[in-house]
Amino acid sequence: MIWIAVVLVVLTLGAALAVLLLNNLLAATAAASVVSLGVALMCVMLRAPDVAMTEAVVGAGLSGLILALTLRRLGLVGLGIGQRGEKS
Amino acid sequence: MNESIGVVMFVGAIGLALIGIAGMVLAGNLFRMVLALAIAEAGANLLLLLAGYRWDAVAPILTASTVGQPMVDPVPQAMVLTAIVIGVGVQALALSLVIRIKQRYGTLEMAVARRCMQHELDAAAGVEPSRSREQPAGKRPLAAPLAAGADGGGHD
Amino acid sequence: MRSLASLLFVGGLGFLLLVIGGTLPLGQPPMLVGQDIQQAAADQVGTANFVTAVVLAFRGLDTLGELAILFAAATAGGLVLGNTGSRARPAAGFILRSGCDLLFPLLLVVGLYIVMHGHLTPGGGFQGGVILAAAFFLPLLARPQESLDHRWMSLIEGLSGAAFIGLGILALYQGQAFLTPLFDRGVVGELVSGGSLPLLYLAVGLKVGAELASLLSRLAHDDEVTS
Repeated sequence: MIWIAVVLVVLTLGAALAVLLLNNLLAATAAASVVSLGVALMCVMLRAPDVAMTEAVVGAGLSGLILALTLRRLGLVGLGIGQRGEKS
Repeated sequence: MNESIGVVMFVGAIGLALIGIAGMVLAGNLFRMVLALAIAEAGANLLLLLAGYRWDAVAPILTASTVGQPMVDPVPQAMVLTAIVIGVGVQALALSLVIRIKQRYGTLEMAVARRCMQHELDAAAGVEPSRSREQPAGKRPLAAPLAAGADGGGHD
Repeated sequence: MRSLASLLFVGGLGFLLLVIGGTLPLGQPPMLVGQDIQQAAADQVGTANFVTAVVLAFRGLDTLGELAILFAAATAGGLVLGNTGSRARPAAGFILRSGCDLLFPLLLVVGLYIVMHGHLTPGGGFQGGVILAAAFFLPLLARPQESLDHRWMSLIEGLSGAAFIGLGILALYQGQAFLTPLFDRGVVGELVSGGSLPLLYLAVGLKVGAELASLLSRLAHDDEVTS
């Protein structure tokens, strides 16, 4: 049982690092949704199904949605690397 | 073996909170700062949840199979529900402000936006912009401050 | 230099938190209030989900504060974003349109189910409300030339918020404290149980759904920033 917890924590921390290190902002938004999904699965392991459902719906669903809509509105949506040479 | 799940989750939650805080301090782009805020909030909520975890307990739902068993503390879970919803509200407001900053100054990098804002403030106040970080703005020599009782007659 | 100082700060904070965590009783919390709540929730409140009992019955005032904060954040976000523009977006393709048309009733049913069964299974007003908001946002993706009717959304949001506070004042009128659960408690585990708690969660779900749907519509529908 503990190996599932270790794998989950490593996955979530890796996705969190990817949010900070990725150049493409759309990919960073997707990584933030992965972080929320990992936290929701950790909540299931900690015997909290209400919190897991809230974190999955709100963190991965609604938060990712408003981040992506903001990206579309800012004009930074693209599949290339390094949007217009902006720093990370 | 089940007791150390709490320790693993604790290390993970602290790691998430620290990555979020480091991201907020080190980000040059405003959008990445909002992303790091989301990560830090997730880590902090997980830390709250760990305060009520018992390794041999079940989820706090009363069904036929959980009637007599010890349960996890439901009070931190209720608080974390509130905290998650408030977090998404704060993120929505932060993203609205990011959109307005981009509309006004044309850039999302913090250093450039801050310099533009400072120039606008200096121009609106009518002073010359400051030449370095340590010196105040204004023409040299600076005007002397008003005497203590010079305009005391017009106030209550 | 700034990066070095920031990393040192973060490292020191991590060390401090780990040392504090080593002294906490992880895994055996004292549970001073939780124990009483577990024994009293089934009899006093009548719900099978103890987290719902804590959120609505024991700490109902915190939920009211949360609704106020969400209202303030959504209103302020809408104010900051400004008036709606009139940018013509290209029409969505066949797959997106068909997918959204298929998903819309499913999301409505799932959202309402989660809201109404919040006192029996994990779920409740906030989770179901967010799913309802997503359900009302999907047609905007499929048909970009239409827009959400903000007057209906404001009406639903205002009426459900007023219903939540009205139920609380009804408890005051009957001589008890604000937001005490009313009506007959019923049998634990049935759909019609827990007194006024399903009604409170219905009000919360509709309010959160309407608020977030109008915020999403405002975010998605305005002029793209050209820089």
